[in-house]
Amino acid sequence: MTQNTQERIIKILADQAILDISDVAMQSTLDDLGIDSMALVECIFAIEETFDLEVPFNANEPGSGDFDISTVASIVSAVERLLTRQPT
Amino acid sequence: MKRVVITGAGTINPLGHSVTQTWQAMAEGKCGIADLDIRDVDRLTVRIGAQVKNYSAGDHFNRQKIALYDRFSQFAVLAAKQAVAQSGLVFDGELAERTGVILGTAGGGVNTWDESYRAVYEAGKNRVHPFVVPRLMNNAAASHVSMEHNLMGPSYTVATACASSNHAMGQAFNMIRSGQSNVMVTGGSESMLCFGGVKAWEGLRVMSPDGCRPFSANRNGMVQGEGAAIFVFEDYEHARARGAEILAEVAGFSMTSDASDIVMPSAQGAARAIGGAIKDAGLTPEDIGYINAHGTGTAANDKTECAAVRNVFGSHADKVMISSTKSMHGHLIGGTGAVELLACIMALRDGVIAPTIGYEQPDPDCALDVVPNVARQAKVKAVLSNAFAFGGLNAVLALRRI
Repeated sequence: MTQNTQERIIKILADQAILDISDVAMQSTLDDLGIDSMALVECIFAIEETFDLEVPFNANEPGSGDFDISTVASIVSAVERLLTRQPT
Repeated sequence: MKRVVITGAGTINPLGHSVTQTWQAMAEGKCGIADLDIRDVDRLTVRIGAQVKNYSAGDHFNRQKIALYDRFSQFAVLAAKQAVAQSGLVFDGELAERTGVILGTAGGGVNTWDESYRAVYEAGKNRVHPFVVPRLMNNAAASHVSMEHNLMGPSYTVATACASSNHAMGQAFNMIRSGQSNVMVTGGSESMLCFGGVKAWEGLRVMSPDGCRPFSANRNGMVQGEGAAIFVFEDYEHARARGAEILAEVAGFSMTSDASDIVMPSAQGAARAIGGAIKDAGLTPEDIGYINAHGTGTAANDKTECAAVRNVFGSHADKVMISSTKSMHGHLIGGTGAVELLACIMALRDGVIAPTIGYEQPDPDCALDVVPNVARQAKVKAVLSNAFAFGGLNAVLALRRI
């Protein structure tokens, strides 16, 4: 499942950044990928749609809250955390 | 006061994806009305409309742009690109800072409203795309045009239902006339041919189930269209100094309010706007050779409009040609005056008067020369373009050959 989550998030970020999947590294930041604030809210939306969950994210304070967007890896683990919290 | 001329024109509408295609279709009396090809059409009573054909957003815009552009913005951006290209203007420095965009639209991003309501109400989803608001806002088209061409002057959107484009172009005209700007990009755009959009119009019971036949005794309502037309308006001296090709002169503009009824038109309000535009242009009724009518094909409009023309023109009313090109491109609501201005330019430039197609039976209440069914060759020196909106807001432009 972890691999699957990671692959799907990388695909979402790559689509937004118009990059090949192979160009999205786990340590990349959104800046590295060229994902601006508009693209970021699209990414959040795509993550919510893909995983059917609610991402706690406020564009006024993108850095605050539980959802760590500093790197690809941090986004993946934040999504994984949200997924394990989901009621079954 | 400065003189104002048109130095660029662009369009995408049910008759074509360019001004040339549109003029050709108008000259040939082609009909852009057909069966609607939209989702859930089987649940509609009105199943015809004038859609923009052979169009795919992906042929013109990348995914990021499409995420931000409702269909009405897409049409505006495409039409503006043609208009600016024709004008030959490049916007930088002071010209960029003083040139603005004034566009008309009645509904703005109606398709975006429709799709997101579907998502939350019909599909029961609890989230919508993040760009719903910037897509649907009425000023989105004007803003995207300003961004595409670096236009940093006075820019806004006018929403006066079916007169939106004429009000917008009238504002742009006055802005140049007064010396506030040398150049303005103006016109209008509309796209409400979606399930919710057509369903709303059905409710009023003014839509025709089978065709748009303005001024014809057997007319039975309006047919909706979609699309955009955008123009570059420019100070005459500015245009001449740079040797620009001039399509026509915008000579006068008048706007009035009926102050009487939210949907029924008034002959007095229309007449005041028609007479006002002629006077503002420094012309007399005898100077006017052609009127592009509002001509919706409803019982109420056509009768009232003909009475207003007769009132203003007196005996000259029998000599002036008046046609409704809505019979071909449908009623583009807030974008309609802009597409209709193309017929006015064609009349002045090429001496081709676009016909009122679908004309089958004379109506004694509309006993004017409505240029029935076939275009006509005629040299005219000045023309009018009428727009009379729901809410009783009237806007008439006067154009002159140059």
